[in-house]
Amino acid sequence: MPIEVLMPALSPTMTEGKLAKWVKKEGDTVKSGDILAEIETDKATMEVEAVDEGRVGKILVPEGTDNVAVNTPIAILLEEGEDESALSKGGNAPVAAAPANPAPAPVAEAAPAPAPTVPAAPVSVPDSDEDKFFAKTVKKTVREALRDAMAEEMRRDEKVFVMGEEVAQYQGAYKVTQGLLQEFGERRVIDTPITEIGFAGLGVGASFKGLKPIVEFMTFNFAMQAIDHIINSAAKTLYMSGGQMGSPIVFRGPNGAAARVAAQHSQCYASWYAHCPGLKVVSPWSAADAKGLLKAAIRDPNPVVFLENEILYGQSFEVPEDEEFVLPIGKAKIERAGKDVTITAFSIMVGHALAAAEELAKEGIDAEVINLRTIRPLDTATIVNSVKKTNRLVSVEEGWPFAGIGSEMCALMMEQAFDYLDAPVARVAGLDVPMPYAANLEKLALPQVADIVKAAKQACYR
Amino acid sequence: MAASRRRSTKAQTDTAPAQAVSSEELLHYYREMLLIRRFEEKAGQLYGMGLIGGFCHLYIGQEAVVVGVQAALKEGDDVITSYRDHGHMLACGMEAKGVMAELTGRIGGYSKGKGGSMHMFSREKNFYGGHGIVGGQVPLGTGLAFSHKYLNDGGVSAVYCGDGAINQGQVYESFNMAALWKLPVLFVIENNKYAMGTSQERASAGELHQRGAAYGIPGYQVNGMDVLEVKAAADKWVNYIREGNGPVILEMKTYRYRGHSMSDPAKYRTKEEVEKMRSESDPIDQLKSKLLGGGLVDEDKLKEIDREVKAIVTESAEFAQQSPEPDPSELWTDILVET
Repeated sequence: MPIEVLMPALSPTMTEGKLAKWVKKEGDTVKSGDILAEIETDKATMEVEAVDEGRVGKILVPEGTDNVAVNTPIAILLEEGEDESALSKGGNAPVAAAPANPAPAPVAEAAPAPAPTVPAAPVSVPDSDEDKFFAKTVKKTVREALRDAMAEEMRRDEKVFVMGEEVAQYQGAYKVTQGLLQEFGERRVIDTPITEIGFAGLGVGASFKGLKPIVEFMTFNFAMQAIDHIINSAAKTLYMSGGQMGSPIVFRGPNGAAARVAAQHSQCYASWYAHCPGLKVVSPWSAADAKGLLKAAIRDPNPVVFLENEILYGQSFEVPEDEEFVLPIGKAKIERAGKDVTITAFSIMVGHALAAAEELAKEGIDAEVINLRTIRPLDTATIVNSVKKTNRLVSVEEGWPFAGIGSEMCALMMEQAFDYLDAPVARVAGLDVPMPYAANLEKLALPQVADIVKAAKQACYR
Repeated sequence: MAASRRRSTKAQTDTAPAQAVSSEELLHYYREMLLIRRFEEKAGQLYGMGLIGGFCHLYIGQEAVVVGVQAALKEGDDVITSYRDHGHMLACGMEAKGVMAELTGRIGGYSKGKGGSMHMFSREKNFYGGHGIVGGQVPLGTGLAFSHKYLNDGGVSAVYCGDGAINQGQVYESFNMAALWKLPVLFVIENNKYAMGTSQERASAGELHQRGAAYGIPGYQVNGMDVLEVKAAADKWVNYIREGNGPVILEMKTYRYRGHSMSDPAKYRTKEEVEKMRSESDPIDQLKSKLLGGGLVDEDKLKEIDREVKAIVTESAEFAQQSPEPDPSELWTDILVET
C-alpha cells in the first residue's frame, strides 16, 4: 500500500507551516533518513527526513504553499514493487491504526469540567495519641531531642544515615549531631564537603534505592543552593515515575532568623517549600515536637523538609521517655484552648503566641493558640474548627508576609470558614524587608509578642 | 585561541584492544543499536503527527555509546542519564511499548503518562531516569553509587551526562565526593559536540575527559561511534571501578544527527559536517561492515534482525496510540506515598 507522508509538527506549538521546498521530486527513491523537504515554521526553516522507504509517487502539496496544517498529507510514497497505478488506491497513513484516543488537545481546550485544585478528600491523619506518652517525661533541650530522635531511628533502621557539613567529627555545627559519630561510626555519620547541591542530590539518589538519608543543612539558607534537588528530584520523582520510586529523605536544619546574622542568614523557608506538592514540611516548636516529629519524618516514605530554629535549640521542654513516642505529620496541636480568638503559629512563634495569649488573658481575651507543627499537609480541620468557635483568626509567622503562610490562612478562611468570621483575618509576619543587621532594626523586622497582642485585640475589636 | 590551547593539551585516548567478541555479541549490539535508531525515527514521526508533545530529544547517531557501555554492566548495576534518554531505556531492557506509550502520554507508559520523554524510570531495570535539569542526574547518580558502597552490594552506577552538563557546578561537587569516598561510579560524558546550539569549542575550556584530573579521577577519550571501542573501554574501567578503585570518567566522542530537540533547525553546523559523520562514522553502518566484511554473518541474517526490530517498533507505535490516556483520577495519584 502506498504511504502518505504527512505535514509534520516541528515544534511543541506548531499547528501549520509553509512547505518551502521539495528536496525529493516525484520518481525519486527515498531511504530512511533522507531529506524530503524543507518546511518553514513560525520559528525556523527545518528539514524533514523520511522515516519510511520507497519512491515518491506523487507530491500532493506543491512547494511554496503557505499555511499547510499539521497532519495534512503532502506526498505519497510507493513501496517496493508498487507503481503509479497504486496511487489511485489512495494512501495509507504511515501508522496503520488511527489513534484510538486522539492526541491530547492543548490544555486550555481540554480542561475537564471544573477541576479541583486540591484532592477532593484530604488525606485523613489519625489523631495524635501523644497524651499517654506524657505520663513519664524527662526535661530535654530541643537540641538533645533532635539528636535522640536520630539516634533512636538509626538504631532501629540500618538504612538511616546522616550526612552534612560538620555533622561527624565536629559533632555538628550547632551540636545537634553530638555523639552520633561515636555511636554509629563514619559509615553512617558522614562529614561532607561544603557542597550543598552535591550532597543534597547525592542523598536523593541514595534514597531512590531505598536508603533513608537525613541530610543536614548547616542552615536552610544554604539549602537554596540545593533547592533544585529538593524540589525537582526529591519532590517530583514519585509522580514522574508513575509511583515506581520516591524519595524517603529528610532535609533538616535551622530555618529562619537566628540573631544578628543579617539578610543572607536569616530567612524563613516555610512558604517556599510548602508551595510544592510532593514534599511534607514540618516545623517543630518544643523539644517534644522536635523528637516526635523528627522520628515521624525519618520513618515517612516521602521527602520531608524539617525546619528547625537555632534559638530554640537550647530551650528545654518535657519530652516523653518512651521511644515509641512519634507524632503524626499533618496534625496541629492546640497548645492553649480559648474561645475568643484563634492564633496560629509555628516554630519559635508558638512561644511568642503563648506569651501573647497570657497578655491577652490579663485583658479578658481568651485566646486559643494552635501550634501548626506541620505546614504541609496543613491540618486545616483543626484550624477551621477552632475558628468556628472563636470566629477570629490571627496568623503568626516569622517569614515575609507576601504569599506567606498567613496568605494561605486567609485563603483557607475564605474557602472553608467565611461564614464564621466576625473579623478580617490578621497576619502578623516578618516585615517585607531583607533582614537588617542593626540590633534595633532586626527587632523591628521580626514579629514581637506585642504585635500579636495588638493584632488579636484588633480582631476582637478591642 | 581556545582551540589552539585545546590542541596543546594531549588527549588521553583509551583504545583498549577489543577482546575477542563473539559474532553472537556483535549481532546483539547491532540489534540494540538498530532498535534505538528505528525507535527514535518512529518517535520523530509520531512527534510530527502531533502524537508526542513537548520536548523530544532523539538519540540518533549516539547509539554505540549506550549499547557499548551497557554491554559492560551487570545485573544490579544502575543507569541514570539526562533527558536524551530513550536509547538508555531500551538498552537497559525496558520495553519499547512502555517507552513509546510514555512519549504519547498514555497510561501504558512507564510513568503512566505523567513523566513524558524526559522523565521515565524503571525500578525493575535499575534505570533511575530520565532527568530534565541539565546536570541534575550527576549527583543523583553519585548517590546511587553511594548506595552500592553503603550496602556493599558490588554494584556500579553508570552516570551519563552531555558535553553541556559537564560545565555545571554540581558535576564537580559530585566528582569531588565520588573520588573522596571512592564511590563505584562510571561517569560517561556523551560529547556530541553541541550543547544545544553551542559547540564545545565555544563553551568548554580544556579537554572534557581531563575534568576529573584535579580530583585524581582517571579520564579517557573513547571513540563513541564504534561500539566495540566503547565496549572495550567500558569493560576495562567498569572492572576497575568494581574492584573498589573509585570513579572513572570516559568521554565518548559521539555525534547526534538530529537537532537538540525536535524544534531545532541545527543552523549552528553545516550540512556537510552532519553528512560526513553519517556517511563515514555511523555506528550501525560500521558494525554492519564488520559483520559482513568479516564473513561473520550474511545479509539475510541482518535483514532478519531488521524485520524483527521493525516489528517491535511498529508494535510500540500502535500500542502507544491504542493505550488510553490516563484517567483524570491519575492527576492525584503518586504525589505522596500513602502512610
